Amino acid sequence: MRSMAEPVLQLRALSKAYQVGGRPLPVLKSLDLDVHQGEFTSIMGSSGSGKSTLLNVLGLLDRYDSGTYHLGGVLAKDLSERRAAQLRNRMLGFVFQAFHLIPYKNAWENVALPLTYQRVHRKERYRRAMAVLERVELADRADHLPGELSGGQKQRVAIARALVSEPTLILADEPTGALDSATSHLIIDLLEEVADEGRTVVVVTHEPDIAERTRRIVRLHDGVIADDRLIPRRERSTPPVDATEAAR
Amino acid sequence: MILDLGAEVLAVLRRNPLRTVLTAFGVCWGLLMLILLLGFGEGLEAVAVKNFARSSTNSVFFWGGRTTMPYKGYRSGRRIAFRMADFEAASQVPGIDQIAARVQLGGWRSGNIVTVGTESGSYNVMGEMPEYFDITPVVWEGGRFLNVLDLEEQRKVAVIGTSVKEELFRGKDPLGQAINIQGVHFIVVGVLRSSRGDERGDRENSTIHIPLSTFQKAFNMEDRIGWILLTARPEIAAGAMEDRVRSVFMERHGVHPKDVNAIRGWNAQEEMERIANLFLGIRWFVWFVGAATLLSGVVGVSNIMLVIVRERTKEIGLRRALGATRMTVVIQIVSEALILTLLAGWVGLMGGVALVEGVAAWLGPDHELVGSPRVDASAALIALVVLVAAGVFSGLLPARRAARIHPVEALRSE
Repeated sequence: MRSMAEPVLQLRALSKAYQVGGRPLPVLKSLDLDVHQGEFTSIMGSSGSGKSTLLNVLGLLDRYDSGTYHLGGVLAKDLSERRAAQLRNRMLGFVFQAFHLIPYKNAWENVALPLTYQRVHRKERYRRAMAVLERVELADRADHLPGELSGGQKQRVAIARALVSEPTLILADEPTGALDSATSHLIIDLLEEVADEGRTVVVVTHEPDIAERTRRIVRLHDGVIADDRLIPRRERSTPPVDATEAAR
Repeated sequence: MILDLGAEVLAVLRRNPLRTVLTAFGVCWGLLMLILLLGFGEGLEAVAVKNFARSSTNSVFFWGGRTTMPYKGYRSGRRIAFRMADFEAASQVPGIDQIAARVQLGGWRSGNIVTVGTESGSYNVMGEMPEYFDITPVVWEGGRFLNVLDLEEQRKVAVIGTSVKEELFRGKDPLGQAINIQGVHFIVVGVLRSSRGDERGDRENSTIHIPLSTFQKAFNMEDRIGWILLTARPEIAAGAMEDRVRSVFMERHGVHPKDVNAIRGWNAQEEMERIANLFLGIRWFVWFVGAATLLSGVVGVSNIMLVIVRERTKEIGLRRALGATRMTVVIQIVSEALILTLLAGWVGLMGGVALVEGVAAWLGPDHELVGSPRVDASAALIALVVLVAAGVFSGLLPARRAARIHPVEALRSE
């Protein structure tokens, strides 16, 4: 169900090379990619395929050499450090394999963290953090520290954090890598719901069964897109209620 | 935004309370020492200045020495002794305000047995001129001082120091009583106390003054004198006056003009400069020690902040991914160092002030050694400014390290 509107993410002839021993080693070789709003896409590839580099470029954490990258219609090229931070803050939501919650902040404070860099007032931060915690069904754990949460709960808090600033694109880097398979599927269900609600979600993974749960798989091999296919929508593997229980 | 930052910083510092307290202790101790040293230094200096201010700052003393150069046919090593004629000659030198001659029984700093009834003690016995008391400031405790008539008539009268009175008269009124100095009886006509609180003051209080003429006759001193004391007029520096009078003595005694040891002298100006230099040195030393202690505290804070930055590499990387700029990170780390330093320094400052004030209250006002120790408002203010600078300084290096953290590397999963 791709719309004909402008893509959320658009790569044109995007290339990047690292300097190794004074010689350029190409990592991304002239990539072209369009991802539209509401798409639930996975980027797959073995280590060395360039998928981490692509993630960093998409996340505005790294520069690229040539080509173009449009994020939400904005050309993201040769950004100043300040502008990149601002775009990351407003247009991107990150979900990491290791969750990366701040251990001395409770769940809602972690969720609200992106808003502090938008200078949102504390009361408003709390209101919005609680709304997304409600969305991931963890409102009752708002005052808990990360250490008091299970792995699945931590990742749901991290997803809430990625959602709180209502970003254009959510980038999930191996979001299930640290979780057991039941919890993994629950997290994928949640990301799928997020995509169904109209957010654009890109998952970077090397696990085929996780990739199979998304609706589009972009396979990266030696810095080029080797394969890009759509997956027909199918039923959930487990009923949502049981899965929620399993994560608790 | 500032409140958020403050709350965040406190949360971080509270995570490792023991480490925070130990780190803070370095800064706290540094400031405490600085305040203590400054407080007591202030008191010491005030006492020294007060002691000195009471004696004339333009006084000059002379006494005889020994020649070290042969001159005009005289051999080297000759003793120079003053006689009344030297005093008369010195009196003619222009620029002199007051001049007096004096001589001590038995020589410089030798005690003499003095008895009153069955009490006895060892004291300095001086032959004196009335002008002495215009040159050396004293406080009268009773009676009168020696006058011109005492000298002219060679009266057997004495003015005693307050220690002499206490030890020989045991609380009785000494005025009109006789004291026995080597078999000669003198009638006490006055009691004085030195206005100096130091060793020289103690010596003054243990001294018995009798008329110079009486002294010379009673103790068979002919017209020999031990010292010539004078004060210069206010417009003439004591050092210049000393040189001027010394050259008169050198001429009279046939001393080589460069033979500085033949006529010994002392002037208050030099002494004052010495004291001023001493306290300038002490002040520098205090600031140096305080600053060095504070610096070691700062290094401690800086060090611990480096450790904190290292521990929080992932957190800083995450914050950068979520929208923190390098500047935000730098501000955060510097704020943490600053708040830690300020809290610790504040405790040290308050502790130091409390200690100084407490000791001052315990010693009572105007203690003879340290006076009234106190913390200058300006010194405390300077210390506080130094502290803020120290805090920022201690945060800069760790903040630079934190700003260099690259989010991609920080967030990479193990």
